[in-house]
Amino acid sequence: MTPVTEVGSPAAPGDTLLEVRHLVQEFVLRDYGGVKGGVLQAVADVSFDMRAGETLGIVGETGSGKSTLARSVIQAPPPKQGAVIFQGKDLVGLSHRAMKPVRRDLQMVFQDPFTSLDPKWTVSRIVAEPLVAYAAGSRAERRERVNSLLDLVGLDPAGYGKRRPRQLSGGQAQRVAIARALVLEPKLILCDEPVSSLDVVVQAQVLNLFERLRSELGLSYLFIAHDLAMVKQVSDRVAVMYLGKLCEVGPVRDIYRQPLHPYTLALLESIPSPDPPGGKREPGHVISGEPPSPLNPPSGCRFRTRCPRAAERCAAEAPELRALGADGHLVACHFPLSGGSPAPAQPHVEPAAVKR
Amino acid sequence: MHAVQSVSFAVEPGQTLAIIGESGSGKTVSAYAVMGLLPHSAQVSGSIRFKGVQLVGRSEKELQEHRGRNAAMIFQDPERSLNPTMRIGTQITEAVRCHLPVDRKEAHERAVELLRMVRLPAPERRFYEYPHQLSGGMRQRVVIAIALACQPALLIADEATTALDVTTQAQIMDLLLDLQQELGTALLMISHDLALAASYAEEVVVMYAGRIVERAAAADLFGNVRMPYTRALLDAIPRADLEPHVLLPVIGGRPPDLSTLPPGCSFAPRCPDAQQDCRQDTPPLEQHELRHWWACWHPCGKETAS
Repeated sequence: MTPVTEVGSPAAPGDTLLEVRHLVQEFVLRDYGGVKGGVLQAVADVSFDMRAGETLGIVGETGSGKSTLARSVIQAPPPKQGAVIFQGKDLVGLSHRAMKPVRRDLQMVFQDPFTSLDPKWTVSRIVAEPLVAYAAGSRAERRERVNSLLDLVGLDPAGYGKRRPRQLSGGQAQRVAIARALVLEPKLILCDEPVSSLDVVVQAQVLNLFERLRSELGLSYLFIAHDLAMVKQVSDRVAVMYLGKLCEVGPVRDIYRQPLHPYTLALLESIPSPDPPGGKREPGHVISGEPPSPLNPPSGCRFRTRCPRAAERCAAEAPELRALGADGHLVACHFPLSGGSPAPAQPHVEPAAVKR
Repeated sequence: MHAVQSVSFAVEPGQTLAIIGESGSGKTVSAYAVMGLLPHSAQVSGSIRFKGVQLVGRSEKELQEHRGRNAAMIFQDPERSLNPTMRIGTQITEAVRCHLPVDRKEAHERAVELLRMVRLPAPERRFYEYPHQLSGGMRQRVVIAIALACQPALLIADEATTALDVTTQAQIMDLLLDLQQELGTALLMISHDLALAASYAEEVVVMYAGRIVERAAAADLFGNVRMPYTRALLDAIPRADLEPHVLLPVIGGRPPDLSTLPPGCSFAPRCPDAQQDCRQDTPPLEQHELRHWWACWHPCGKETAS
């Protein structure tokens, strides 16, 4: 077992809701149009825990595997290896029929509300569909439930129930998608970039809605975004993902106050600030390059090709997630920031390679 | 319907102006007017002068000459601005030969040089690749290379980094600023992201419902916001220095329908400080301080700041 087993926010109430253990998701790609195929390991040995009522933010660039991770959790498609233990039950390998009652407690909200809502259905029918699928309640009860949920997400059922998605704005459509995810009273909602396609003001409105629903209904979110600032708004803990691996996991305050992984720092520094100290920002403060191809990830630490602190050891040995600093703050780096001591060297690494 | 009303702004060579607003605020329409890209149904009045030359009322042919030679535009979605069936090199060469009197070989050299300029790794090899072989950030670099093909004096970036990751966004913005310093290009940046504008622009124009509601030097604006709408935009940005689980101060409602604008200030129905006069008279955009214009009867921060 890796030290990851101890991941957990000591402050968060409730029992463990979700345990993800050594999750691996792979896709086989064929050569196509000059792009070479191979086995793409989108998620490489990821483990984390979530407690009931807790929100875990997952941050990473495009192609870091954060969406694949969420999809592997809901078994769409099931992961190649590892375990996803939700409410004490391992979901990997469950039959479609056995998954159905589990999906009641596990819902998803996607980035683009317009492609995740049926364009021909009315708002009421969209929100009622999960109830129909699970044969929950009578017709009148369902109608009442749909109306109360539309109310909850801030849409007037009388005015919006009869509309179709094209008659909604982006923010309203996302509210409908949230109502649909909530209608079965799930325990955990996986949110995949749920506000990224919205305007700033609408984005803030929807973020506030997520926050309000969380405290009112005691929900847990797995909140995926590429923007660290946005994730901070809703999360208790944050996991930073790079090229299929977690590089840092920790309580929100620690991650932002004292990032340990050079990649987390790079992400933080890339956020444009509305009032930058010293006025207009100077070019050259950002990490260069792009993530390497996940088909052929670098040896050792996957971030080393872009890392300003990379040394020989980083190429030789992949860093494990280990606890460092405050409670539950984990980092996978040989040379973490903020004065953290280098990881204990493995016997086969020469001391000269560790020194830097 | 007035998509844009009495909008005035100016960009100097080597300077960056950011136009900020929500969807439907008229920021893209203003940029299209500058490019001469508006459809025939659009009626433009007023004047658009480019290096002193009037653009309003020009023929399509003259406007085409203006585009590319003088001004170029980068759009939000690089996937849609590139032809998926053509090698990127061919697409850049085409842009070069459209506007410059060069032969095939010179155009090729110029294209590779442009790819190098936008810091695309291994430009000679990338020249023969197709858009789908590149990442989103690299595609946007190719689009910038095409836009720069004939050394435009003005570059319009319409939400050019919105679809990109934060790290890639920072790289592309840095690239644009570097190129601007190198070439002396004026940059007109259109975005919904006030934070991005603050970080990269010299001057910021905030639009709401087709009008400019505030205009100021970026350095002065953010400590000194006057228009409640700008305040609302600024407050809505999630910030890394805020505590988690804190609700963002946010205004309700949506931008008004431009075909049925209410009388008075368009922002009044959503404005926390709106009073009776706001619903009757439209506040004009006036210069109240040095390099600071706003259109508001009851500007915020007035009683404390003055």
